[in-house]
Amino acid sequence: MTASTDQRTLVIVPAWNEQANIASTVREIRSATPTFDVVVIDDGSTDHTAREARDAGAVVLQLPFNLGVGGAMRTGFRYAERHDYDRAIQVDADGQHDPADILRVLDGLERADISIGARFAERGEYTVRGPRRWAMVLLAFVLSRIARTKLTDVTSGFRAANRRAIRQYVAYYPAEYLGDTIDSLVAAVHSGLTVTQVPVEMRQRRHGQPSQRPIGAMVYLFRSVFALVFAVLRQPVAPREETL
Amino acid sequence: MVVVITAMTVLFIAVVVLMLLRRQLQEKYAVLWIVVGVAMLVLEVSPPLLGWLASAAGVQVPSNLLFFLGIVLLLGVSLHLSWELSRAEDEIRRVAEEVTLLRAEMERITPDVAPTDADDE
Repeated sequence: MTASTDQRTLVIVPAWNEQANIASTVREIRSATPTFDVVVIDDGSTDHTAREARDAGAVVLQLPFNLGVGGAMRTGFRYAERHDYDRAIQVDADGQHDPADILRVLDGLERADISIGARFAERGEYTVRGPRRWAMVLLAFVLSRIARTKLTDVTSGFRAANRRAIRQYVAYYPAEYLGDTIDSLVAAVHSGLTVTQVPVEMRQRRHGQPSQRPIGAMVYLFRSVFALVFAVLRQPVAPREETL
Repeated sequence: MVVVITAMTVLFIAVVVLMLLRRQLQEKYAVLWIVVGVAMLVLEVSPPLLGWLASAAGVQVPSNLLFFLGIVLLLGVSLHLSWELSRAEDEIRRVAEEVTLLRAEMERITPDVAPTDADDE
């Protein structure tokens, strides 16, 4: 445990039709970090995700329809800003992110505004091949140059933000596919925020299909490059001076 | 003439890219227009390509192939826009319902806040 645990911290869990995983994920988070508040963003689920999350002890924000991970996360960051949290960390609902690593990722905020829990950074066994692998290597290379620090896994959803980063994310967090991870990160760096990464292990999803399909890998590469080019060329969006 | 049309196509692509950079156009719409722009550009810089395509497709007058493709494309785009608009209207309706229910709850919880009627504004 570090001294940073006395800061008010919010764990944001975006969830879309995750009724099989959400309860155990919330319970694991609460037992790993009992002093942190957990908010589940139910992204227009058509199953019992909200009820499961509420029964497990999380605050649930139910979106009226599906906005995508980006839209759900921006809702989470707005909640964090409005309720005056010092730090916020995203943890995926499917159980891929080990709640035991939450404090490790948060410790990265000691030296940067945004801390990314990265796969295949020395730890864990996580293998990706083919075009998807090339896309990840390319994204990591370009974003490392932009952020002026070594990043290996920029599409990881396991990431923490301090107050400055929360305000930046509220100002700009695109809902589009890949925009939520890449564009938001580039925009944050362009606005003067710093990024660091912490090696973590990713676990297998417990239930449901993993989002990695081999067919879509080439499309993924193309969309990554497209999203990256425009993220880099765009002007940064400065956070508002006054907050609601 | 070809120079003018080519210049217009380049301008078209530039406008699409500019709108993307200003975040006035979402990627999902922009991709289609960039693809169309590039396809137009390719046909303009190599005119024999259209004739070759037309003969391969069994169209006697090459420009007819161009008109046909253009009409099909515009039909597809307008159908897609109608679909997106329907979805957007549905989402707005659901947000309005949600807000109405929340306002009713809010007025019930805090009775000292006067209900806002249209007359007050």
